[in-house]
Amino acid sequence: MSFWPAKNLNWSKEHFLILFTGLIGLVNLWMIFIWVPTERSMGLVQRLFYIHVPTVWVGFIAFGFVALASALYLFERDSKWDRRASATAEIGLILLSVSMASGAMWAKPVWGTWWTWDPKLTSVFVLWVIFIGYLMVRVYASSMRQAATWSSIVGIIGFANVPIVYLASMWWRSLHPELVTGPLSESGALHPDMRTVLYFSTFVFLVLFLSLTQLRLSMKNSEEEFEKFHKELLT
Amino acid sequence: MRLFISSALAIYIKDLRIELRTRESILSILFFALLTSFIFRFAFDPNPKVMEAVGPGIVWVAFLFAGVIALSHSFVSERDQGTLQALMISPIPPEVILVGKAASIFTIIFIVELIMLPVFVILYDLPILDVWFGIIAFLTTLGFVSVGTLFSAIASHTRSRELLLPLLFLPAIIPLLIAAVASTNLIFQGSEIQDFSKWVQLLLLYDAISIVLSSILFGYVLED
Repeated sequence: MSFWPAKNLNWSKEHFLILFTGLIGLVNLWMIFIWVPTERSMGLVQRLFYIHVPTVWVGFIAFGFVALASALYLFERDSKWDRRASATAEIGLILLSVSMASGAMWAKPVWGTWWTWDPKLTSVFVLWVIFIGYLMVRVYASSMRQAATWSSIVGIIGFANVPIVYLASMWWRSLHPELVTGPLSESGALHPDMRTVLYFSTFVFLVLFLSLTQLRLSMKNSEEEFEKFHKELLT
Repeated sequence: MRLFISSALAIYIKDLRIELRTRESILSILFFALLTSFIFRFAFDPNPKVMEAVGPGIVWVAFLFAGVIALSHSFVSERDQGTLQALMISPIPPEVILVGKAASIFTIIFIVELIMLPVFVILYDLPILDVWFGIIAFLTTLGFVSVGTLFSAIASHTRSRELLLPLLFLPAIIPLLIAAVASTNLIFQGSEIQDFSKWVQLLLLYDAISIVLSSILFGYVLED
């Protein structure tokens, strides 16, 4: 599938998905950088908020799905769940990385530091490291089945870990009150226009996540089909 | 139930007997823990104020690294000798293998921790000989081992096990480390139990969750 289809080529579902994601992505950029009013105390840098928050929300959804699909894989032993879980994990890791990078860029001028160990940051960091472990285990495994089983185990343990990490770092912080907390609480004090942009941007990132995962998944499906074909040829 | 206990005990005794005859891992782990604690002496300013602040961290990082070594040793010999296969064919459920292996790793790490206590008193003058510290160390090591045995079994099957084990293990035990360091800090400051009881509860919660999850998931590791 080349990105731009030739004249006589049928438009596949994926082409429409890419086109739709691109269009709403452009609208989203216009809303974030031109339409929405500038925040009074933080200035322009506050616009990162509309990228930072949606990516972390969608990242958490992705990770929840990875844990669910991993459990289903171990339960049913059907490789389709593994393909879904691993495709989601790859895209989820990208989203979390975007979220952490944009958060750090926002935090430097506003908090005066790139990073603090506040509960939210700590749990996202742990999630991020576990996602990397999840993908590394798949690389080091010697068969597809091993890769699937082991990464499922990592995904489930990692998911169970996140609430405990949150709890631990919350209590930990209460012992160290000098740590900074965010001036932005996520609900309540937002200007209605800002809330609109936040929700629209969340929708856009959700669509982006779904379409990227869909593309990755169809690639993985082709790989699996190719493997099967290859095996049949050999025997 | 009796079969469960007796077969787990058999694996446990086998592991300890091997250890007693070779003394291979306990000596290397002990030496590693010693070196880790020495290194911190040079990494930080040896002024007593600084030591008071970083003392609990030094103790737990030394124990944690020693634990990683113990965990990676445990399944390597089983795999190299092919005895893991023998354990898998034997008519005992995988949870029993997990319990036996985990118990032997726990014993080795805990012995190393006990030997290290006087070292910390001598080197850093930490008030570490405390019953509550012993309880915290017990609970933390239990959590280390229950998660670590599972990951060690996974890592031992791969090409680069030395790299993969810490990569999976360290992120998974971050809450344990936070709880252990925070409560140790309070104990060193002479706090009473009500000040750090929530950390003890967190350790208990983590231990319970990790024991349940590990025993469910361990069977899948052995299967593949």
